[in-house]
Amino acid sequence: MNEEELVEYFRAQMRKDPDMASAVAAIRTLLEFLKRDKGETILGLRESLTSATDCLTGVDSSVAVSSGGELFLRFISLTSLEHQDLSRCKKVMEERGELFLEKISMSRAKVAKLCHTFIKDGAKILTHSYSRVVLRVLEKAAAEKKRFSVYVTESQPDAAGRQMAEALRKLNVPVTVVLDAAVGYVLEKVDLVIVGAEGVVESGGIINKIGTYQMAVCSKAHNKPFYVVAESFKFVRLYPLNQQDVPDKFKYKADTLKTVQNLSEEHPMIDYTPPSLITLLFTDLGVLTPSAVSDELIKLYL
Amino acid sequence: MTKEEKQRLRKEKKQQKKNKEKKDDNASQESEKEKKSVSSSSSAPQPPTQPATQKGGSSCCSLKNVHDMVQKVTLILIFPVVKRLPEHIQVDNPDVLKKLAKKLERQQIPLRLDYGYKVSLFSHLHQYSRKAPLTQQLSIPSSVIHPAIVRLGLQYSQGIVAGSNARSVALLHAFKQVIRDYTTPPNEELSRDLVNKLKPYISFLNQCRPLSASMGNAIKYIKKEISNIPSQCKEEEAKGKLLNCIECYINEKIILAAKAIAKYAIEKISDGDVILVYGCSSLVNHILCEAFEKNRKFRVIVVDSRPRLEGREALRRLVQRGISCTYVLISAVSYILPEVSKVFLGAHALLANGYVMSRVGTSQIALVAKAFNVPVLVCCETYKFCERVQTDSFVSNELDDPDDLIVTRKGKTQLEDWQQVPLLGLLNLVYDVTPPDFVDLVITDLGMIPCTSVPVVLRVKNVDL
Repeated sequence: MNEEELVEYFRAQMRKDPDMASAVAAIRTLLEFLKRDKGETILGLRESLTSATDCLTGVDSSVAVSSGGELFLRFISLTSLEHQDLSRCKKVMEERGELFLEKISMSRAKVAKLCHTFIKDGAKILTHSYSRVVLRVLEKAAAEKKRFSVYVTESQPDAAGRQMAEALRKLNVPVTVVLDAAVGYVLEKVDLVIVGAEGVVESGGIINKIGTYQMAVCSKAHNKPFYVVAESFKFVRLYPLNQQDVPDKFKYKADTLKTVQNLSEEHPMIDYTPPSLITLLFTDLGVLTPSAVSDELIKLYL
Repeated sequence: MTKEEKQRLRKEKKQQKKNKEKKDDNASQESEKEKKSVSSSSSAPQPPTQPATQKGGSSCCSLKNVHDMVQKVTLILIFPVVKRLPEHIQVDNPDVLKKLAKKLERQQIPLRLDYGYKVSLFSHLHQYSRKAPLTQQLSIPSSVIHPAIVRLGLQYSQGIVAGSNARSVALLHAFKQVIRDYTTPPNEELSRDLVNKLKPYISFLNQCRPLSASMGNAIKYIKKEISNIPSQCKEEEAKGKLLNCIECYINEKIILAAKAIAKYAIEKISDGDVILVYGCSSLVNHILCEAFEKNRKFRVIVVDSRPRLEGREALRRLVQRGISCTYVLISAVSYILPEVSKVFLGAHALLANGYVMSRVGTSQIALVAKAFNVPVLVCCETYKFCERVQTDSFVSNELDDPDDLIVTRKGKTQLEDWQQVPLLGLLNLVYDVTPPDFVDLVITDLGMIPCTSVPVVLRVKNVDL
């Protein structure tokens, strides 16, 4: 399976199920790649999987794709590969891959189950941009017959917030779209803030759509709880110290990285929120405080 | 637990039992007296009941005794053994001092006396003078202590060997010499005798200068390795094995760890950075030199403080490599911080609750950096991680020679006769403790972790062991 086929398969997966996280599509693609791979050695297999992940990050530069790919590779190699026959080893790896995929497709449901209890009746929620995990949580809360209203930021430059508002209207949840600049204005009316994450870093902070950091700082100033919902495959081995420290390859869209020469004129699509501003993280591994994220990462990676 | 510790525990339990028995006897005696007084205060028809109560009382007493014994035994079984405080932070307790004097007498090591007036808040710590090293009270050549250890003790107390890594490496090299010169006496096993031989050496070194956390961990490792030597092993083979273990420890935990930390730290240094360092940390200097070799463009600000002025040594090393440096004293830190992009600090030990123990002045720098929103990175090898928990710098610290604070300027030495002035104390602290909220990142040989994850690393390491 060469690069073009890889990219085609990935795009096909994304088109097939627009509700699926891009990382899950990437992992499906990698599993398919593994099945079709004709390598002779395990080391060669690992290397080709790594280069396949790099290729996919070239298509969709979000943090989750690279973290998901790395975790997939770790999970399938975390077993005894002492068989003499390469095809048997491959079979074991494929089975592990299917298991991994099954686990992560349940992760959104687990997160929703944990988080919806934090939404009390009559709550006013603020959220940022379009996040499918937050949508799932709000769906579950609505299904439990809770009455709440939502404020969504418009989230320029791609106005993804409007998409979120549309989806919420379909659930019959009263929703208001606010300007990105109106976050401080609206926060006094709001009870809690829930955002998704594109990546969760080692310090316990998150990488998310630009505007999240501002929202976190404002909610800290207003003493409102700031909750983050993320699946565990978004945990990544980065440790940014400040906004500048986030690598450029995550900040901009993949097409921008390839075409534009002078990145300083481009506007970054993501920002970093430090752990001191986050109250709790809801993941499929449980409800974690930001300092527990490092503990979980050590368990996943070491 | 070793035999001695078990014996000590048994003695303690016996003492506890005795104390409780005494108390209970007193209590029962008092209750008897009360009964007597009650019976006497009541009307006359009581007297025939007195002997009855007495008898009843005594029989009650004996039954009570048995009941109490059972209770005590169960209490002692349920009650966990309390961890004792180390003696070097209980200097104002005369019982502890007496015990220490007895122990040193048994090991034939002279007791070092405290010097000068101690500030009351720190009166529970030792304060020694550099002009009175312990070796003056020893007969040279000493029959009890190996000469390599005597030399090491002198180097520690005079400050010739200073710095956490340097002290640990010097200690391990001295122990290697001791092992080379060691011969098992007849009818003794190497694994037990060598550990007993090392105990007076460790007491001696402790007297010269209190042991650091890294040295404590190294000693624990050596003792474990020695006691794990199988008894069938021949002496030469055993010695060779031990020497090899120590070599590996130095190599893995110190030298290779420094390389790994440098690799991670270099990722955090970008071109155009202004890095602030405090004092002289061998690890931080190594990182900066490596980063400079890898052609990163940065400049360094070295912050220094009296009386040690260790920053000058760091300045010398960095300027020799060609790194452009600025030198300031710690009083100018808030002036210089707006220019700084990152702060790199070394550590003496990392405590189990995430606090960083380092040279005095470090917590001040971390505090000011936090106020200016400058990221603070602490670099520390994992062998310096310590199971102790501390929230302040008072409980466990080290007091250096107070005469170091005396300085002669323009021919005048103001504090020369400080001992004559009543109520004047000179305080020369060595360490302080930085809370984890001020530290953004800890770089260890296992990777980059937040300060709150230190107990996780300790847990993982204990599992490995």
